[in-house]
Amino acid sequence: MTMLEGRTGPWEVVIGLEIHAQVISNAKLFSGASTEFGAAPNSQVSFVDSAMPGMLPVLNERCVAQAVRTGLAIGAKINLHSVFARKNYFYPDLPQGYQISQYEEPIVGEGEVVIDLDGGASKTVGIERLHLEQDAGKSLHDQSPNQSFIDLNRSGVALMEIVSKPDMRSADEASAYVTKMRSILRYIGSCDGNMQEGSLRCDANVSVRKPGGELGTRCEIKNVNSLRFLRQAIEYEAMRQIEIIEDGGTIDQQTLLFDPGKGETRSMRSKEEAHDYRYFPDPDLLPLELTPDFIEAQRETLPELPDEKKARFMADYRLSPYDAAVLVAERETADFFEDVARGRDAKLAANWVISELFGRLNKAGKDVTDSPVSADSLGGLIDLVADSTISGSIAKKVFDDMFETGREAAAIVEEQGLKQVTDTGEIEGIIDKVLADNPDKVAEYRGGKDKLFGFFVGQTMRASHGKANPQMVNELLRRKLDG
Amino acid sequence: MSLDKETVAKIAHLARIHVPQQDLEPLAGELSKILDWVEQLNRVDTEGVAPMTSVVAMPARWRADAVTDGGYPDDVLANAPEAEHGFYTVPKVME
Repeated sequence: MTMLEGRTGPWEVVIGLEIHAQVISNAKLFSGASTEFGAAPNSQVSFVDSAMPGMLPVLNERCVAQAVRTGLAIGAKINLHSVFARKNYFYPDLPQGYQISQYEEPIVGEGEVVIDLDGGASKTVGIERLHLEQDAGKSLHDQSPNQSFIDLNRSGVALMEIVSKPDMRSADEASAYVTKMRSILRYIGSCDGNMQEGSLRCDANVSVRKPGGELGTRCEIKNVNSLRFLRQAIEYEAMRQIEIIEDGGTIDQQTLLFDPGKGETRSMRSKEEAHDYRYFPDPDLLPLELTPDFIEAQRETLPELPDEKKARFMADYRLSPYDAAVLVAERETADFFEDVARGRDAKLAANWVISELFGRLNKAGKDVTDSPVSADSLGGLIDLVADSTISGSIAKKVFDDMFETGREAAAIVEEQGLKQVTDTGEIEGIIDKVLADNPDKVAEYRGGKDKLFGFFVGQTMRASHGKANPQMVNELLRRKLDG
Repeated sequence: MSLDKETVAKIAHLARIHVPQQDLEPLAGELSKILDWVEQLNRVDTEGVAPMTSVVAMPARWRADAVTDGGYPDDVLANAPEAEHGFYTVPKVME
């Protein structure tokens, strides 16, 4: 278990996360206005979204379906009866003066998610609930010295708030949880998971305790929009709390903001009183009733989920838990790998995709969907290695060329004359020259300095420009030196 | 049930309604009377009765996921006390 070291000994960090995931839908949760990102200000706002008097909300069927599908994907209980409630607070980006949310009766109840940790380990994190609610508008504070600008395009877009149990014990686990949840949401297409554009945001509840002790008082860090900031915010906040307690103080329950510039959390004073939300059932909306048929129909639409895929990759392709977890994190990556692996050595395919392709993609700032080398082309390269047309080290050079030019492996090998030399006579010729050039080393070797064998292999490979078949070089060298 | 002045002040603040100091006391009295009146409902035995949040026994109507509205920013902003460059503008709020 991960512990933080204070002056008085080890401390355990307890973390629960609330994820706000923007639902993929064409129209908003309760109105017919578009959800598209990046439109001109207030151009995607209906009179429902701007809270004109007398306008009534009507629930979007697809948003309900997306919440149910997400619930099913995390193995959660779907509630046949749920209720929309008003959460009252005052802020300029919330024209209604309340957010339509779900409170006592959410659409989705308890579930769980398995997170992937370093070294192929995993851990189960409990989900408390998932509910549907409206997003707020957007405030711009940097357009004018004494005014804030409000754009209501986002106002009323559907959000799923997914609340975890306080099951995480380190910043790494919290980050792994968000990563896994993002992966699931993207697999099923209920949220695009784009943290930069704000379609996935998260609040972290952090407290500390002595190992095995009572839960401490928690503080909530609001609106963290990257995994790096999430880790930094949790680590900073945990140490802040440990120092206060070790200095004899107590933790006040409060809402905090993470300042990425300073790398610290600070209090959000203005919303102190906002905790009195005076929830009550929204009289404009009837209870949401679902039928078992509707839920089953949603289940039918779910694709193979990351955990199922991971298990299948481990069983069918004999991949390690780590490799399998890396490959299934994104559906596109998993599909790419399966295209490469079809009819080939799967472990070899996994190595090429993970070590060679991902490395180069990362460096180029691309992902697998805009890879310059297609799955078929990479497969073609692996085939050339498998049938000994080229050696593994030549293959890496060929791959560099393919990545650069997008050409096929066979064409590059042909043009540059990279075919592996498997002709015994030709390799023998090279070896004879190497031995003739190094009579002293040959004498030393024959005098008992076995380690020099590697030297001869290296020289022979170099003399062949890497094209000699390494296995044959080994065999022929042994015969000539030892024979 | 009787409300005190502090509670009334807090409710007013949450609703962003300005209530002058001298009005708090009378308002507390009025609100308390309303609460007393509603409180008569507590005398009804509701043991085993599910809470009712709607008087119409019908399921919620759903809407198809289609864009059918929006695209009239000028109308949206028509009643705004202040607007600029297509945005509502309000006194600066900063965290």
